[in-house]
Amino acid sequence: MSGLGLFLIGATHHTAPLEVREKLALDPAGEAALGAELAGLGDLREFAVLSTCNRVEFYGVAAEPGAAGRVQAAFCARQQFAPADFEKFRLSLDGREAVQHLFEVSAGLDSQMLGETEIFGQVKAAYAAAQARGTTSALLNRIFQKAFQAAKHVRSHTAITVGQVSVANVAVDLAQNIFGDLAQARILVLGAGEIGEKTARAFQSRGAGTLTVSSRTGERAMDLAARLGGSALPFEQRETRLAEFDIVVCSTAAPHTVLSRAAAVAAMRRRPTRPLFFIDLALPRDVDPAVAAIDNVFCYDLDDLAGIAEKNRVARAAEITRCRTLLTERADSLWRQVEPLLAADRGPAGAPALRPTRHPA
Amino acid sequence: MFADLTDRQWLWLAAACYLAGFLRGTAAILRGERPSGGMMYGIIGLAYVLQFLGLYLRGRTDGGCPLGNAFEILQFVAWSAITLYLVVGVTFRSSLLGFLTAGLAAVLTLASLAVPAWDATRHAHIFGHNPWIELHAAIALFSYGVFGLLALTSLLFLLRHYSLKSKHLDGWFTLLPSIVDIDHIGLRLLTVGVALLSASLAVGTVYWLRDTGTVDRGTLFVTVAVWAAYALALGLRLGGRLRAKRFAWTCLALFVAALLSIGPVNASRHPPLATQEAPR
Repeated sequence: MSGLGLFLIGATHHTAPLEVREKLALDPAGEAALGAELAGLGDLREFAVLSTCNRVEFYGVAAEPGAAGRVQAAFCARQQFAPADFEKFRLSLDGREAVQHLFEVSAGLDSQMLGETEIFGQVKAAYAAAQARGTTSALLNRIFQKAFQAAKHVRSHTAITVGQVSVANVAVDLAQNIFGDLAQARILVLGAGEIGEKTARAFQSRGAGTLTVSSRTGERAMDLAARLGGSALPFEQRETRLAEFDIVVCSTAAPHTVLSRAAAVAAMRRRPTRPLFFIDLALPRDVDPAVAAIDNVFCYDLDDLAGIAEKNRVARAAEITRCRTLLTERADSLWRQVEPLLAADRGPAGAPALRPTRHPA
Repeated sequence: MFADLTDRQWLWLAAACYLAGFLRGTAAILRGERPSGGMMYGIIGLAYVLQFLGLYLRGRTDGGCPLGNAFEILQFVAWSAITLYLVVGVTFRSSLLGFLTAGLAAVLTLASLAVPAWDATRHAHIFGHNPWIELHAAIALFSYGVFGLLALTSLLFLLRHYSLKSKHLDGWFTLLPSIVDIDHIGLRLLTVGVALLSASLAVGTVYWLRDTGTVDRGTLFVTVAVWAAYALALGLRLGGRLRAKRFAWTCLALFVAALLSIGPVNASRHPPLATQEAPR
């Protein structure tokens, strides 16, 4: 053994389909138990576990080349997954490539939804958990901290996170372009199906205020309203009380429009200075397209939103090369600093600088 | 070195800074980036100080507000708009407003400096050493600065409105604030502007009633017309009868009209008590 080695093994949405990732996913209790088990592996100096719905990854520093295999064996045993099958879906990287991968994951470049920022928090949480477990030391500390810096740099110097790429989030972005802070916005959700709920939750996650649900089936409206912490409105009052709302999310399965131009005109007479925003996610459309011509009324249908989301996705994709160049420069720079440290550590007989400080879990 | 600078040289420096802020913002927008709010604020702040120095030197020679000719009036309007931006800009959080304000100030100050005839002569002691009349004129012109900023926010509103209606939301449209935020700021600016102009007219009326011959009828008509138009716009806006695009277009048109009225008002102002060469 000439020194320590950095390795990464795992499976991601690039290597494993959803049904496999479901079996490989670690719940918090399982992750804690596996962490304790791995901490007992003598030749594993440092490690961290990143487990999300799109990936499970083990970053490790070990004195023996076989350590990665022992991590894999422990993981497969806990998940009751055949090691031979795991190898079909396995992602395995060493050294500088593992560093580059972590940088790209942290920056959202490896995400299913390119450029999403949630992964950054998930990597931070994985690192925090490893620190709390006492399984990181000089090497992984430096690599993870540099990954966070690189991700922030890429986010602030490229357009990789600009614009939303899901229809629901595009709708929320548009609402913010109209109303600014959504805390005061009153939202009417017409239709109690999955699309309506998903969009309503996207609004809630961005601080939206009052939510009201209305559906042709009153019970479903009340049920969804209860789940969202909002209130229900009788469907037949949707037009007469339209002026009470700022944003109307429509996703009913009605075979014809359920909101007329006349209703929108009447509503605007009662709220002349405040805009009215229709988000029509239904097919066929729920809102008479003629409302778009009314002053201070904005109407976006499914095609509009999908078009914006696609445009944003293409814009993000166009940034990949730029992002990768920035990350490669930083990964190279870090690897030039880290590689001599790895080589200098000769294992138990060598300098103990990279030994993890183990704390009780 | 700086101690030897004349008032016009200070004002040239200020105009150059406003122009630099505007060009810097333009370059950022062309690159598809948001103009740096802090940098914009700093450049405008520096220009503001330089302009203040120039206007101060002007005012000191006459012992009052430098409002003696079209050059000084345009400078004062620009300075007023910037004063308000430096206060409002912080809460508005729009680097785009700073960019546009720098543009407006650059246009007004450079135009005033570029036409020597506007500063060839100036009315000295135009207020007859009456501080109240001087206050009346200064507040009136300050309100023009407020209306200038209102015109810029109206422009932002129209751009945002167009982007949302036409569904063009990428590129530099992403830099625009929300339409409701712009509308709220516009209403506040209009309220402040009308209040200031009303106060100015109230002060002026007291002295006009004492001696109606001191004010030219043309000046009186134009001034009252500008005030009435803005007051009417405010009333209609508060009553919900002037809204969204029409409100924005009205504010833009009124400011253009108000700017154009400065020339006739200045020309037909009460006969100069004395005329002197403008300081250089």
